[in-house]
Amino acid sequence: MTALAATVRSNIAALMPTFSSAFSGVALLILILIACAAPWLAPYPYDLQNLSIAAQAPSAAHWFGTDEFGRDVLSRVIFGARTSLSVSLVAISLSVTVGILIGAICGYVGGRLDRIVMSIVDLTWSFPEIVLALLIVAIIGPGSSSTVLAISIAYLAQFTRLTRTQIKSLKRQTFVEASLSLGAGPTHIIMRRLLPNVVAPVIVVAMLSTGNAILLEATLGFFGMGVQPPVPSWGAMLSTGSAQLFSAPWVILLPGALIALSVIFINLFGEGVLHALDIKAQARSH
Amino acid sequence: MTSYFIRRLLAMIPVFFVVSGVVFLIVHMVPGDPVDNMMSVGASANQRAEIIARYGLDRSLIEQYLTWLNNIVHGDLGTAIVMRRPVADLIMSNLGHSLALGGWALMFSAVAGLLAGTIAASFQDRWIDHGLMGVSLLGSTVPTFWLGLLMIMLFAVELGWVPVSGARSWTSLILPVITVGLGGMALVARVTRISMVEIAREDFVMLLHAKGLSRWTIQLRHILRHALIPVVTILSLRIGLIVGGSVTVEYVFARPGLGSLLIRALAQRDYPLIQGCLLFLAIAVMLGTLLGDLLQAAMDPRQREDSAQ
Repeated sequence: MTALAATVRSNIAALMPTFSSAFSGVALLILILIACAAPWLAPYPYDLQNLSIAAQAPSAAHWFGTDEFGRDVLSRVIFGARTSLSVSLVAISLSVTVGILIGAICGYVGGRLDRIVMSIVDLTWSFPEIVLALLIVAIIGPGSSSTVLAISIAYLAQFTRLTRTQIKSLKRQTFVEASLSLGAGPTHIIMRRLLPNVVAPVIVVAMLSTGNAILLEATLGFFGMGVQPPVPSWGAMLSTGSAQLFSAPWVILLPGALIALSVIFINLFGEGVLHALDIKAQARSH
Repeated sequence: MTSYFIRRLLAMIPVFFVVSGVVFLIVHMVPGDPVDNMMSVGASANQRAEIIARYGLDRSLIEQYLTWLNNIVHGDLGTAIVMRRPVADLIMSNLGHSLALGGWALMFSAVAGLLAGTIAASFQDRWIDHGLMGVSLLGSTVPTFWLGLLMIMLFAVELGWVPVSGARSWTSLILPVITVGLGGMALVARVTRISMVEIAREDFVMLLHAKGLSRWTIQLRHILRHALIPVVTILSLRIGLIVGGSVTVEYVFARPGLGSLLIRALAQRDYPLIQGCLLFLAIAVMLGTLLGDLLQAAMDPRQREDSAQ
């Protein structure tokens, strides 16, 4: 842990001047603030319908136009940021936590348990992510909690594998032997000795996966299987907007652009952190 | 090589059983009675008894699974509830469209990616390099369905160059192929560029320069050839995605295909059709991955030895 902390400190200087990652970090922060302050920032409530101004082009009153029910696109996008960010953050946190736990236990115990559990986890790689997510939503029904579950299962395998590989190589090191000979139990060794050495690369991969999670959430929303209306989500806005593609093309511009931008910012920021920690090799070797 | 092929094939068998088991269990995991899930609303008691007999729904889960698997081996995937046609027929009539889209998209990723990567590497650190790499970062992060919609708006509606949707002529393939292939293209371009830049630093390249060969001969005949190995690895990893990777794009362009069939089945809660689509998608991913592994093993003997240990 101390070695890692030193690496972080010495490389933090290397991170700061990288303009693109600093810029992306600030942009992400702004996006999160906007999502938090949505009720105060949005010019209109997200579900305020006014059919007399339905499908209007951008104007001074409605900067990004109105949708087919006369709802303000900008307000819906601002509230949609809450859905996209919270669903993907919660899903990835869940996935990372469970992945680290399973990976640590499998890596430490090894043997038959390891083989059985890992072959189950690897199953998720038999389907493309979106198909897997659709499968899960098909079983438990659409909605925000099933979206969270679907995304977290879709990304579980990589966190589990990454943790397991590292634990496997670490558990033979002398500091673990020293702990064992002092009478430490497996829980103590995994939680206090092994995990602190393992989490950093997992966290970085998790950060990069958050970008993919936003895409997956939007895709599920686009198929109408994500967060259910009237709560706005970027993906669902694209889906309803695509029906009005010819009469009101402005509806799909802002939500799509924001999905793309958040994914790009997360990737650039994550790359910067990866660079700063210099753990690219470890992160790739799962 | 033969022994590697056999080992790899044998390793797929348990995976197939587990994946098909999961697909089989879907009908039992969704809320409600599995018999109701397999029938249209308002079916008669006779039809109900027929379904129960056909799938052995009154027997144990293991027996049910074996009956189901046996039916599938004999080409019987059940009947779609809403569309009232055999699931096998529906899948067969859609599979070709998915294969065409995925295959052409892979081809596009390979050709366009190699081209962009080679150009970027040849003009390293100049504006054309930064421009191409910026565009490929954009290409791999922009959501495909949004990109598809934007391209429909620009090329089909504004300019009228290609049809908006459907699959009637080959021109209707152009936009979907680009949309699906752009992510792969970005990846191939990045890998090509990096490995060409690395190889350009090696001693043998300096020797070629010393021999007086022209810059482009060196770039194309020598550096690019060495740089191809990681590119083929990346491409072979993507073979598995040929059928399953374009679910969203098929839906956006209203093209027939396994993906749009699955989405329709999900929306209609047509469980026999859902099971059929998922099983075929999984088989396609497995076969594609197998093909990719074999390609890699054929090129790189180390790969074969790794798995023998």
